[in-house]
Amino acid sequence: MKTGAGILIDSLKELGVEIIFGYPGGAVLPIYDELYEADIKHILVRHEQAAVHAADGYARASGRVGVCLSTSGPGACNLVSGIATANMDSVPVVALTGQVPTEMLGNDAFQESDITGITMPVTKHNFLVKDVKELKRTVKEAFLIAGTGRKGPVLIDLPKDVLTEKINPEDLYSDVPDLKGYKPTYKGHPNQIKKALDLINESKKPVIYAGGGVIAAGASGELVRFAEMFEIPVTTTMMGLGAIPAKHPLNLGMLGMHGTEYANYAITECDLLIAIGARFDDRVTGKIEHFAPDANIIHIDIDPAEIGKNIAVNIPIVGDAGQILADMIERGKPGEQKGTEWTKQVHKWRENHPLKIIDDGKLHPQSVIRKLSEILNGEGIIVSEVGQNQMWAAQHYSFKNPRQWISSGGLGMMGFGFPAAIGAQYARPNEHVVLIAGDGSFQMNIQELGTVAQYRIPVKMVILNNMYLGMVRQWQELFYEKRYSYTDLPEVDFVGIARAYGIPGRKVESADDIEESLRKAIETDGPYLLDFRIEREENVFPMVPAGAGISEMIGKHETDDKGDD
Amino acid sequence: MSQHILGVLVENRSGVLARVSGLFSRRGFNIESLAVGTCESPDMSRITIVAGGDDLHIEQIKKQLNKLIEVIKVTDITERSHVARELALIKVNADPGQARSEIMQIAGIFRAKIIDVGQKTLVVEVTGDCEKIRAIEDLLKPYGITELVRTGVVALQRGESTNPTNK
Repeated sequence: MKTGAGILIDSLKELGVEIIFGYPGGAVLPIYDELYEADIKHILVRHEQAAVHAADGYARASGRVGVCLSTSGPGACNLVSGIATANMDSVPVVALTGQVPTEMLGNDAFQESDITGITMPVTKHNFLVKDVKELKRTVKEAFLIAGTGRKGPVLIDLPKDVLTEKINPEDLYSDVPDLKGYKPTYKGHPNQIKKALDLINESKKPVIYAGGGVIAAGASGELVRFAEMFEIPVTTTMMGLGAIPAKHPLNLGMLGMHGTEYANYAITECDLLIAIGARFDDRVTGKIEHFAPDANIIHIDIDPAEIGKNIAVNIPIVGDAGQILADMIERGKPGEQKGTEWTKQVHKWRENHPLKIIDDGKLHPQSVIRKLSEILNGEGIIVSEVGQNQMWAAQHYSFKNPRQWISSGGLGMMGFGFPAAIGAQYARPNEHVVLIAGDGSFQMNIQELGTVAQYRIPVKMVILNNMYLGMVRQWQELFYEKRYSYTDLPEVDFVGIARAYGIPGRKVESADDIEESLRKAIETDGPYLLDFRIEREENVFPMVPAGAGISEMIGKHETDDKGDD
Repeated sequence: MSQHILGVLVENRSGVLARVSGLFSRRGFNIESLAVGTCESPDMSRITIVAGGDDLHIEQIKKQLNKLIEVIKVTDITERSHVARELALIKVNADPGQARSEIMQIAGIFRAKIIDVGQKTLVVEVTGDCEKIRAIEDLLKPYGITELVRTGVVALQRGESTNPTNK
């Protein structure tokens, strides 16, 4: 005989779970009692929100399902923003929550919340297990749903009596039932693929717009081969960074609100747009009528609901990006390469309109990111918070590989980065994991210094400190006549706070110290905090103002004209 | 902008209706009517949803519904030959005398039934498409409708063509 909690732990082990990020409480004590001697690692975070972000960071860095655990009521509710983050970015996370005993459900018992009701809109699916016999099957079902098709978070709510009830493991329902309503499509329709290939051959100015779906599908290799085969320039969304190496000759960098000028020009001028695992988010498209206005559009996505949602598409192809690209590579005819005039034009834009960096001896955030990229040779795992720090990292780090860039895209979740970095470090213990944070976002989950200190997690924390909520301040500067309403932050002694946790750190105030301080942090065993006091009113440029077309950028490189010649 | 009738076959589990209706509200889709009940297979239910919108809108509704794990099949019944019915119960003021006999005549014409007779009221049961129900409602209004309840449309495709639960 085994308790429900024991069954749960056995089921997780069977599914290959090695690590859980969690926080204990009354309703999940039976699980914690089992964890006391289980050979699953448990990381005690300092806030449940960090548990779900860490599981998310683990999943993004490893490609596997991340697992977090919280108690009922307040613990479960603290997971919500993290679950929503995973949902918006299609990250496979299984969230386990405690619940009051089934007989008390719905009675407003102590620490009760209807967490399945609360999380219905922000999960891919969720379960309330009312019968211990269902437990093993539900866990399997949850992992299957989270980790296949368009991936996403799944929550399992576990009433305390289900966890304590004893059952003979042979009496469990263990097979996942046929999920009649869940049949993801992986293979692209051959006719659609043929039509797409025809359109590619007819086009003169094609561009690929690749999103996070390429990385989720593990399709980066196919993307690069496909782009090379037809010689098509590639621009990626922020979520797609790393899908093609930054220095690849066909890579145009990021597009959209803070994309490169050349990516946005290429999108505006192209006659064929091939969207792969991307969802035409408003931060990418700008004003939708001005987005690829003259282009036919091929849209490859595993989620049929994304196709035609924001923009009309000529050729939809539903399926797995890797399989579809592999099919296209196989069926496409070599020697039909595109390019020449078009790729020459694109290269010219890239040469004439590079990302701006200022070389005036002052401490600029772009220089910090570029130097970091140089020191790590474009490798390592870069996790960002949300805001200016995120955009500078996205623009200036030269990513070489997928799953190297971890950032909250869809939800734009401040406080995500630090705990996600913890998860990423456990997913890939041999990599350098560097957190890029702002002083505002770092303070959103600063309590996780406790977790980092307790387990000596070697995350390097790079704070780009301008004593502002920088991105909001930038918008106030540009669109609200510099009325900096509640966006300035007082000076904080981050190094002192780190020291209180026993973590070494350094405040950096001069551009001359960037390289040395970064090297010192990276060479130090264990965690290290760097507090870079950057130029206070530095902006992220170029920028497409909300509601403008993506070629209507402000803060462009040299001139206001496109400099086509 | 047109009205569509969607037949949605779902697994018969608790919370499914909340998922379906919640999806409509949070994505800004408007439900005009929704009727739900178990169907020929006890582990499934059939939901009939009437929703308005242009083609893109309806397409998006269908796709989003299909994303729900417990939704097995979504069929746009409007596009096919179908039968659609709604049931309404109408409580109407009917003093004994002239009014009462007039109401009974109207009910007869609409092939509606009188299912309750009170001292001063009648309850009329009427089945049909939305237009028929609107028509009888309009005719009964002058007598004073005190309560009215409608089930929402239920619909099936005509003939052999089915959306079966055993596939």
